[in-house]
Amino acid sequence: MPRQDPKTRSNNFNEVALGYSDEQAQAEASRCIQCPKRSCVDGCPVWVDIPGFIKAICDGDMPDAVRILKDKNSLPGICGRVCPQETQCEATCSLAKKGAPMAIGRLERYVADWERAHMQSLNPPIVQPKPNGKQVAVVGSGPAGLTVAADLAKLGYSVTIFEALHVAGGVLMYGIPEFRLPKNIVQAEVEYVTSLGVKLELDSLIGKLFTIDELLNNGYQAVFLGTGAGLPMFMNIPGENLNGIYSANEFLTRVNLMKAYKFPEYDTPVKVGKRVAVIGGGNVAMDSARCALRLGAEEVYIVYRRSEVEMPARREEVENAKAEGIEFKLLTNPKQFLGDEQNWVLGMECYEMELGEPDDSGRRRPIAKPGSEFIIDVDVVIVALGTTPNPVIAQTAEGLEIGKRGVVVADEVTGETKKPCVWAGGDIATGSATVISAMGAAKRAAVSIDEYFKG
Amino acid sequence: MYKILLKQDLVPNIHLFKVAAPNVAKKAQPGQFVVIRIDEKGERIPLTIADWDEEEGSVTIVFMEVGTTTHRLALLEDGDFIANLVGPLGLPTHIDKFGTVVCVAGGFAVATIMPIARAMKKEGNRVISIMGARNRSLIFWEEELHRVSDQLIVTTDDGSYARKGMVTEPLKELLETGERVDRVIAIGPSIMMKFCAKTTQPFGVKTIVSLNPIMVDGTGMCGCCRVSVGDETKFTCVDGPDFDGHQVDWDLLFARQRIYIDEEKRSFEQWQSQHGILS
Ligand SMILES: Cc1cc2nc3c(=O)[nH]c(=O)nc-3n(C[C@H](O)[C@H](O)[C@H](O)COP(=O)(O)OP(=O)(O)OC[C@H]3O[C@@H](n4cnc5c(N)ncnc54)[C@H](O)[C@@H]3O)c2cc1C
Ligand code: FES
Repeated sequence: MPRQDPKTRSNNFNEVALGYSDEQAQAEASRCIQCPKRSCVDGCPVWVDIPGFIKAICDGDMPDAVRILKDKNSLPGICGRVCPQETQCEATCSLAKKGAPMAIGRLERYVADWERAHMQSLNPPIVQPKPNGKQVAVVGSGPAGLTVAADLAKLGYSVTIFEALHVAGGVLMYGIPEFRLPKNIVQAEVEYVTSLGVKLELDSLIGKLFTIDELLNNGYQAVFLGTGAGLPMFMNIPGENLNGIYSANEFLTRVNLMKAYKFPEYDTPVKVGKRVAVIGGGNVAMDSARCALRLGAEEVYIVYRRSEVEMPARREEVENAKAEGIEFKLLTNPKQFLGDEQNWVLGMECYEMELGEPDDSGRRRPIAKPGSEFIIDVDVVIVALGTTPNPVIAQTAEGLEIGKRGVVVADEVTGETKKPCVWAGGDIATGSATVISAMGAAKRAAVSIDEYFKG
Repeated sequence: MYKILLKQDLVPNIHLFKVAAPNVAKKAQPGQFVVIRIDEKGERIPLTIADWDEEEGSVTIVFMEVGTTTHRLALLEDGDFIANLVGPLGLPTHIDKFGTVVCVAGGFAVATIMPIARAMKKEGNRVISIMGARNRSLIFWEEELHRVSDQLIVTTDDGSYARKGMVTEPLKELLETGERVDRVIAIGPSIMMKFCAKTTQPFGVKTIVSLNPIMVDGTGMCGCCRVSVGDETKFTCVDGPDFDGHQVDWDLLFARQRIYIDEEKRSFEQWQSQHGILS
């Protein structure tokens, strides 16, 4: 797939991957052998009929490709861009055994982009299903909330989404940067969901504005919690509150949601140093590092305590980051931050690490080498070590069971929580995971909610 | 969109808005705040809820013109809209029957201490209020605060009205006269809150301050508002904004409030030049 040249793109926030041309898409689609096993579908958490939509591309019937794709996935333009296909559908693709698997993610993106460009006029008016008179409240408008809302609306439920922020989309809007997932694409897919009849109440922090019980007592017969894992974790090491040290959430929110990259045209500022260290090895770390670079940092480091193979980030993003000139400081872990008299961070003392036996996560445990401390000069640090669910919901809802690291305990299949009439899915139930796993959980919850009402 | 039902200029650079937000009005409690955003390009800023009216469906906010956002806000009039308002945020102030409560307000915080003083009074406390301003022209709501207090002391820094000096002076005198004070609530500029806390510390009187660090979301999602209280990191927007003033790491708060000082200056200069104001 063509991409912007690394030198050019490290200076702008435009999308990096440029998408397939029609010819490229045709050529790629025609590689699919339409094997009877359909093993790619098993690899898809939302059961998209992948061979079906690829065949429609081959046949040149794009409206049908769109229809097949959207039957199962309401957010294809997003998934085509951010899903880790290499560990899902593309990993189970029959072609993967012999050579390169089908580029399913890229074809998905191609179909979604084709729809946005062509289908407004072709689109038959959306037929609203007959309302069934049941009201469902969805809390949070990330991929989980949007998916459960769309699926239930298609079944005739009257659905209202309550979102704390001033726009819908969750991490898709405030976390993942424009150059990887353009915000107009997220908003187009949000509009698709509202076109199904879903109501959106922004600026509504549930727990404060209404509690869950108040929602249940005021006409909503079921509540789905899709509030994600928004609470940033810090390391609790000395100097962490120095000026210039951000959580990835704050840094990315300033840049993506508040558009600090357009400061002072937009009012929200962000500090970008000359030397920026990003701590962590996931997608969030890669996104933070690549944003810092685009904002003008001279040197950007990824500081990660394990080695590259253990990095949880998508392969493609690690490669993109490297191509853009991000420096990887692997097997390195901060011990403390050093600051000046004005409380600004100026250095980070780190340990060299080595890998020991595998831990619970199956990855080899990093161990600090005694006496290996050294200092990295930095003027901005971004801590991207993961997030846990925001406790506001749990603190204000009686009867929810809270598990390890603050997650809301929900049945893995149905999404039912311990509180009657309340379902949960996505990062709130698993801790930070992926867009598609949140959508998969939401789809299963929609089925379960529908079954509950049907009795 | 949230409609401004009423704009009032309390003094030339301090304004009051009554904003239509019926659901927030139903839930607001003393000490809580809202986060607002003026428009698409605006930043999110926290403002304390100064009052609310469930029947009218409104919340009242009071702000002083300081930087770009507050100057932009001041240009809005009755009937205009602000894009976003979310709340009520933060934990409410702990209201109880303590005995004698001293409410100290510096600058425009007179507005924000009102609901607290009122609630303390209603709870059966003896309320002594102290309000301070730089000079006479910045005094407002003297009558209103008096109405919810058993006693009111007014100070101006320059002595142009009432007693000359800082709010900490009458506070100290009260404590020195052996007056039994069970709790002090101090709200205003950080430096004033710090000195109120310093004043009461030797007397061992619990002193609650309402911290005002920089915020973004106001919902516990970013950690921008982190402060250190009793050597523990707290997120002001969800763990506060009220904290024990004797435990706050004030220097850290001051430093973190200055993070964007250069950017704020740049943004404001640009705003001024766009609006034909020469700095
Ligand atoms: C920077 C970054 C990059 C990522 N990159 C990828 C990637 O490339 N691929 C991938 O698959 N995954 C990626 N992820 C992970 C993925 O974004 C999440 O797993 C996914 O968004 C979780 O979806 P969700 O719907 O559970 O929650 P979220 O997307 O977190 O949405 C939750 C929403 O609920 C709202 N909310 C929270 N509390 C309340 C409340 N009390 N009341 C009302 N609303 C509330 C929040 O404001 C938010 O809008 C990334 C995450 C980040 C942060
Ligand atoms: S303002 Fe973001 S966590 Fe408090």
